[in-house]
Amino acid sequence: MSKCLITNNIRRLRFMANEMTQQDLANKTGVTRQTIVAIENGKYSPTLELSFRIAYVFDEPLSEIFSYDYADDPILKKTQKP
Amino acid sequence: MKEPLSFQEKQNIVSLVNTILILGLYSLYVYQKYLTADPTLINNLKFWGQAFLMLIPITIVVQVIIHIVFVIINKIVTNEDAPNFTDERDKMIDLKALRASHWVFILGFFLAMGSQAIDMQPYIMFFILIASGFAAGIVSDVAKIYFYRKGI
Repeated sequence: MSKCLITNNIRRLRFMANEMTQQDLANKTGVTRQTIVAIENGKYSPTLELSFRIAYVFDEPLSEIFSYDYADDPILKKTQKP
Repeated sequence: MKEPLSFQEKQNIVSLVNTILILGLYSLYVYQKYLTADPTLINNLKFWGQAFLMLIPITIVVQVIIHIVFVIINKIVTNEDAPNFTDERDKMIDLKALRASHWVFILGFFLAMGSQAIDMQPYIMFFILIASGFAAGIVSDVAKIYFYRKGI
């Protein structure tokens, strides 16, 4: 299993949003609670559609929710930035 | 801290045990009822065709019954409701598990055909086909448990 390079702030954002439960977020984004758990634990990278839905629920831009570890990306390591 | 098993993980563990039990008990039943009474049946193609066809509805009915019992017991013990839909992650895991199980069955199919290409007894082909179907089912369940636990 390759290391997940995408990290997220969903747990923190849920806490800030009146301690929203995982089930509440799951209901609002149309997935199961287990999927929210997997995303928070870095075991699943959501599709763009689900990512945008999560961003919509928290009223935040995607970049505030998800971040990408460019330094550890094996493909980007091989390529040079222009 | 070790995470508790999710509903899907428990469901697939139950399915794995079911698969092993159904084929084990069915094979024992067929062996004792028919093959011990008439060993010549082992090379009878009609016998194998009937054994195969019977296995499919038995598997479906038993799986459905065990699934319902599992959902009820799980609800009583953990008060957890079964998810009433499959989301994108479930579909992705299903697809990955299906791909793994297809490879196992295709390998079994080629071995079964190979057994006939080198003039082995017909029953060897049926043994290999049943075994590869069984292995494919196990691989599918194990792959799902793995992906639900370790992530995709």
